[in-house]
Amino acid sequence: MPLINSPAELDTFREDILSQRDPNKPCITLCSGSACHATGSHDVAARLAEELEKQGLAKEVDIRRTGCHGFCERGPIIVIHPDEICYFQIQPDDVPEIITETIKGKKVIERLVYDDPATNEKIVQESKIPFYKHQQRLVFGSNSSVDPKSIDDYLAIGGYNALAKALDRMTDEEVLEEIKKSNLRGRGGGGFPAGRKWEGSRNDPEPVKYVIVNADEGDPGAYMDRSLLEGNPHAILEGLTLGAYAIGAHEGYIYVRQEYPLAVENVHTAIRLAEEYGFLGKNILGSGFDFEVKVHKGAGAFVCGESTALMTALEGRVGEPRPKYIRSNIKGLWEKPSVLNNVETWANVPMIINKGADWFTEHGTETSKGTKIFSLVGKITNTGLVEVPMGTPLKDIIFKIGGGIPGGRKFKAVQTGGPSGGCIPEDQLDLPVGFDELTKAGSMMGSGGMIVMDEDTCMVDVARYFIEFLTDESCGKCVPCREGLRQMLKILTNITQGKGKEGDIELLEALSETAMEAALCALGKSAPNPFLSTLRYFREEYEAHINEKRCPALSCKELINYYIDPTKCKACRMCFRKCPANAIDSAKNKVHIIDQEKCTKCGTCFEVCPPKFGAVTKISGQPVPPPVPEEERTIRKSKDK
Amino acid sequence: MSEIRLEIDGKSVTASEGMTLLEAARGAGIKIPTLCYHEKLEPFGGCRLCIVEVEERGWTKMVVSCVFPAAEGLVVRTRSEKIDRIRKMIIELLLAHAPDAFELLDLAKEYGADRNRFEKEASFCIHCGLCVRYCAEVKGKHAIGFVDRGVRKEIAFVPEIAANECWNCKECFELCPTEALQAAYVLTTAMTSPLSGASIPVPGKSGDHG
Repeated sequence: MPLINSPAELDTFREDILSQRDPNKPCITLCSGSACHATGSHDVAARLAEELEKQGLAKEVDIRRTGCHGFCERGPIIVIHPDEICYFQIQPDDVPEIITETIKGKKVIERLVYDDPATNEKIVQESKIPFYKHQQRLVFGSNSSVDPKSIDDYLAIGGYNALAKALDRMTDEEVLEEIKKSNLRGRGGGGFPAGRKWEGSRNDPEPVKYVIVNADEGDPGAYMDRSLLEGNPHAILEGLTLGAYAIGAHEGYIYVRQEYPLAVENVHTAIRLAEEYGFLGKNILGSGFDFEVKVHKGAGAFVCGESTALMTALEGRVGEPRPKYIRSNIKGLWEKPSVLNNVETWANVPMIINKGADWFTEHGTETSKGTKIFSLVGKITNTGLVEVPMGTPLKDIIFKIGGGIPGGRKFKAVQTGGPSGGCIPEDQLDLPVGFDELTKAGSMMGSGGMIVMDEDTCMVDVARYFIEFLTDESCGKCVPCREGLRQMLKILTNITQGKGKEGDIELLEALSETAMEAALCALGKSAPNPFLSTLRYFREEYEAHINEKRCPALSCKELINYYIDPTKCKACRMCFRKCPANAIDSAKNKVHIIDQEKCTKCGTCFEVCPPKFGAVTKISGQPVPPPVPEEERTIRKSKDK
Repeated sequence: MSEIRLEIDGKSVTASEGMTLLEAARGAGIKIPTLCYHEKLEPFGGCRLCIVEVEERGWTKMVVSCVFPAAEGLVVRTRSEKIDRIRKMIIELLLAHAPDAFELLDLAKEYGADRNRFEKEASFCIHCGLCVRYCAEVKGKHAIGFVDRGVRKEIAFVPEIAANECWNCKECFELCPTEALQAAYVLTTAMTSPLSGASIPVPGKSGDHG
């Protein structure tokens, strides 16, 4: 175990690592984040080791199991260095061929490379694939080159260089000034300037201070913090240590939800290794600065991502927000000055110290600097994590990187910012992503969740869904949130069930005002956003539901009916066979009829009706046409009329 | 402790450092309604009824007075159209659970709240937490607590503690603004000692909700 005692020793050690690594030696990196783990990355890894051994290549080829590469839609992903040959959706049985063909034979296996759906072109190298090409992965990029369990891998890419630089050549004040100058804003949701938050803590006379990592990511569909912590834990530790140095803290906490077992495991390993190497603990790198980090596993409650609730939970009490008006950076954990930033914010810090604030501010917009990682999910071709400079238009993220909407369907809206964010409609797609731009559009940056919705999505139901999520996750301490959300959910549910009545929109608006103005914490204050933003852009859908009992997206079960068009039905019996409710009356050569009384509106008939017939339709807001009279049901057998 | 001067409803008010707006206002005889406040207990900030408007360096914001610290030169308004509208909504939301609670009915009268605005959902408890906090902070017994969270949150006695501690105390009973507490207590005693549970004398208020 090397204990590194000075920045000079670190340089020597790093050179040592690099000298032992031959850049031309083949190295297979395999994406092993949680998503790829679920699709079989573990088995692929085992097979790789086995096959290399079998083919006598165990010593000639390195295997590196890295964190998430972001393109989760196509995982598990293998990249073969130094040629950067990239294979997608690898199964264990592909492994022998990869080794004989690509490693030994230097040949590319066509069927495993990326097949661009837009151009039908085969793309071999990762960086040339549209999904990656339009990104700028300043923070997330290292994920694909380090094994999170190896500190040497992190050192090999320049890890802990920022810490060495800061401790060696910068005063704590200079570190703070650099962060302030960089205009780094909190990536967790609020977008508060990190430097100003740090400064508040630093200037407080109280000698005991804390730094905390918020890794309680709980937004539905968002997993960038998880992937960063899993894939590159040392970057977060390094950022946290720099923060501690800047404000004068000697103790730090990582609050991570226990539903992220791989993140918990990797961060524990990282802390142990960093302590052994001398990047954590007493007298870090011989500088005299002491800092230790503890991991706290949270029980996974959305509200515990709220800063004061998180600190209450860290103190060992029920994770409820505290009602005080004094900022946590002055009175936070155990009433001491505490700087709480989320994972992505901390991950930006080493980069800023390494390359300088001026370099950082070259990226992004006037008020939002740097890049932002988004979790692109929903009705989108390329699901995954994408990192782009602030200011990138939504359109580019969704269409250039995300590959647009699958199945030839139309884009309808994108929901950004998590449950308390909002929906942005098609005519706003040119909007550049930035903290203030998104807020102005009635949504927010949040932690970077981005849920794409197509024309089949009912916006009233979307609002209902998010309010329901928040109702479940509210701590229940204050009335506007607990009771207000309860009533909002009731009204929204009624509307989607065709029981909406005049005045509902106004009542929802009044409840929204009460929550926004009077709720105790950010969860409650922002909870009405899903409703308000959908109302702002899709008011006509609310009105159609309430006044005409019609769901324009044909999505709300209680407001739609399935109907078989007698002129299109070919009596193929497919719907009849698949209907789980026995609601279809069918006979050979007879137009099928859905018994509306028995129909459970599961949509199976709609899905199984062959597209060339397209006989099953959805209708809403109009009566179901009466069934075809028995004598007209027989389909004449003439093939061409 | 140093003195500070602030303005509440146009009136110049003197308060001392460390006081909340609510304390400063009450000290000057200005009434702000509360449901979860109790002078013996740590501020809870749960009912949000004591919301007021604060003007500071030209900015107006809504804050709850039971936790907002009084500060030199603050301009505070305890009534306005907006404040009344929010208070009215809070009262209406609570009336859905405890439509016959006297305190709520009195407030409803003052703020023109409609007890039938929301569908009734009788749970009686309005989660002010007075009983829970009193038992923990004043008595140090923790015989009653909140269980679950969000809309499923409830108060419950911890039977093992309540069986020993509550017989001779019952000091929390009079704090309860809706009488839900007695019901919870009777239920607990009925479970822990079914025979004696039926005849517990309930001090103060009228109802036997067991």
